[in-house]
Amino acid sequence: MKLLEVKDLNAWYGSTQALFGVSFELEKGGITTILGANGAGKTTTLRAMCQTVKTSGDVSFDGHTISGESTDKIVRLGMAHVPDGRGTFTGLTVEENLRLGAYSRTDKDGVAEDMERMFERFPRLKERIHQQAGTLSGGEQQMLAISRALMLRPNLLLLDEPSFGLAPLVVQEIFDHLRAINETDHVSMLLVEQNASLALNLADQAYLLETGKVVLSGPAAEIRADESVRKAYLGY
Amino acid sequence: MNLRSIHTLWIAAVLVVLPFLFEDFTVFQINLMLVYAIAVLGLNVLTGYGGQISLGHGAFYAIGAYTAAVLMEHAQMSAYMTLPIAGLISLVAGILVGFPALRLAGHYLALATFALAMAIPQLLKYDSFEHYTGGVQGLVLMKPEVPFEFELFGQELNDDRWLYYFILLVGTFIFWVCSNLMKGRIGRAIMAIREQPIAAGALGINLAAVKTMTFGLSAAITGIAGALGAVTVAYVAPDSFLAFLSISILVGAVVGGLGTIWGALFGAAFIQFIPNVADEISKSAPWAVYGAILIALIYVAPGGVMGLLRKLKKGDTA
Amino acid sequence: MDGFLLQVFSGLASGSIYALVALALVMIYQSTHHINLAQGEMAMFATFIAWALIQAGVSYWIAFFLTIGIAFVGGVLVQRIFIKPVERAPVLNNVIVFVGLLVIFNAMAGWIFDHVVKSFDSPFPTQSPVLNSYISGHQLGTVGVTFGVVVVVYSFFRFTPIGLAMRAAAQNPDSAALVGIRVSWMLALGWGLAASIGSVAGMMAAPVLFLDPNLMAGVLLYGFAAALLGGIDNAFGAIVGGLLVGVIENILGAYVIGNDLKLTVALVLIVGTLTLMPNGLFGKNVVTRV
Repeated sequence: MKLLEVKDLNAWYGSTQALFGVSFELEKGGITTILGANGAGKTTTLRAMCQTVKTSGDVSFDGHTISGESTDKIVRLGMAHVPDGRGTFTGLTVEENLRLGAYSRTDKDGVAEDMERMFERFPRLKERIHQQAGTLSGGEQQMLAISRALMLRPNLLLLDEPSFGLAPLVVQEIFDHLRAINETDHVSMLLVEQNASLALNLADQAYLLETGKVVLSGPAAEIRADESVRKAYLGY
Repeated sequence: MNLRSIHTLWIAAVLVVLPFLFEDFTVFQINLMLVYAIAVLGLNVLTGYGGQISLGHGAFYAIGAYTAAVLMEHAQMSAYMTLPIAGLISLVAGILVGFPALRLAGHYLALATFALAMAIPQLLKYDSFEHYTGGVQGLVLMKPEVPFEFELFGQELNDDRWLYYFILLVGTFIFWVCSNLMKGRIGRAIMAIREQPIAAGALGINLAAVKTMTFGLSAAITGIAGALGAVTVAYVAPDSFLAFLSISILVGAVVGGLGTIWGALFGAAFIQFIPNVADEISKSAPWAVYGAILIALIYVAPGGVMGLLRKLKKGDTA
Repeated sequence: MDGFLLQVFSGLASGSIYALVALALVMIYQSTHHINLAQGEMAMFATFIAWALIQAGVSYWIAFFLTIGIAFVGGVLVQRIFIKPVERAPVLNNVIVFVGLLVIFNAMAGWIFDHVVKSFDSPFPTQSPVLNSYISGHQLGTVGVTFGVVVVVYSFFRFTPIGLAMRAAAQNPDSAALVGIRVSWMLALGWGLAASIGSVAGMMAAPVLFLDPNLMAGVLLYGFAAALLGGIDNAFGAIVGGLLVGVIENILGAYVIGNDLKLTVALVLIVGTLTLMPNGLFGKNVVTRV
């Protein structure tokens, strides 16, 4: 079954339309990436999933229709969003950030268990557990943001430009973690990235957005292999 | 003669005979209403056009009133002469407040001006100034004498009716000046600063100068109203200028329509006559009405009466 | 020296009341970036409710906690009904709504409870068990109650999930929404808490200042000064600011300007802090510049 099905999605910021009839889908357990230049509408697409912008069209998540739903309901359905700029609560501690990720969960033991697993996966977070999140390095904040999202035990993880502003080695480390998370924890991912080569290496499906419309779509492997497509649309 | 001029002549004629159409006490109330209209216009210049929130305009009203009172009491000055001086002193006060206000906006400016409004009555009662201000008792004043005898429609030209013409003259002048100012370059500069301060600065408008002068002008207008008010009531005392006066002026400005000139008249009518009606119910009732109307207007008709009238006009021609 | 100590202790006691008002103001500011001009009148109204309960025969401490609860509900309702609709409106509209609330609460108090000054007894013994030449029983009680409120509020925010959620919603509403927090309700909760804290301030002030609709007008002004002095976005600053302002008020009143110009002192403190030290002592990144 498709975990996420989006048909004819339009989105607006106030009276300005940003997305025009966007359609895509995501298989359970899969990683789909949405590529495009600045201003193409990638972030808007993720925001549309969480209903933090005005939308029209059909969006179905895990069998539920979520167009028009409130953000907190969508979160409780199992969608976790790591926004652009990480969205860390910089004034709160690492531990508090993680606890907040599990805010909507009621299983205390599961939450404690998951926190331990986060620390196992990202030992640097455990070292800084009581530190203010704003004092962490860029890479550590990204790990924190991803961990916070995972604390929800989500079915779907939305990631907005996780590579942004990070050194190449750190980025590689994070993407390796993402692959591991997808394979061992079976967390599906919708990944928005400007760095096309990284994204195409990780994802199985890819969509390319240009000024709010889908202009290209297909299996990531094919697009990666097709030099003319890469040169024309992705610049490499 | 075109329709417009006939219109104007009609209005002028009505205004001229108006005081003789009403009882003495009603004329007194009309005078007060006109005074409030001027005070509200002052606030409108600052908050409606200039976008700087003032919850303390009662302070400038008080300064104008006390200036007039002190000059009349201690310098034996005639009421008419006190007006320009009251205006000048209020202008200076406005500029003085305008300076620190440059760095404040929104809630902070509201807060600071509110504190000013609350501190004024205490300052006016301060014993060191008592010799001039009359302390808690205040000062009793004499209304200007009626220069000749006259009668119309069975009503004689008493001091309130005479005062009416003076207030009308001053008020018309101030409204006319403001109307022209706001339509011209200065008004555009003031509004530009309200809407897009950074852009305005980039266009070469001296923000600090314009903002401070706006405060000054606004204070001067309300100060002149205060002086007129003091003469109309023939009395000043600290408790006449409590914080609630500032709130009344604000209510008047909002009800009439912020950022309009003529809204001040509607607003003044509102704050002058609502208490008369609501007082019947309870001493506190006018204030409950003020508060409720303030809030209701913000939700439903933020443009006040003038805003509603404009909408109706547009609806007619649509 | 004796007289000086007396002024200091007295200042700390009245400063505790200012600290509570300041704390309520900070609470609303942190979550909404608005300054609740109606805070004093809401507290005064709550105090009248307490008075009415006591008049009806309810014992003091039960009335005290009942009032806190009623104030909490009231605060939530005010936010939901009056504040939420103008959440995204320009600042001027918000300020006018606050002024409207201020006026309505004041008017309602006068209407329902009339303007005759009422006495409101302190629950504390007249003589303080300690330092009784410097401080009265009520003053000591006020400081104690304030301390209790601070401890409860601090624990709430530090140790409970809702407290954490409120802090998160105040700091970063967008991210808070993404973890499933209903940010709008967190704002309402903040208002409820602020109203409760305000009601305690009113109940502590009433025995000293006597109960009539003007009870909190001056106190509010000092509360503003205290909140600004401490840093309008800092709860700890609110407490320190309150105590400082209380002591300053008393020292100035006793030795410098007499008791007649107290509100002017508040005005000077407010304007001075806003222009010279906009972040106060402990605040950060408070935007007051235009």
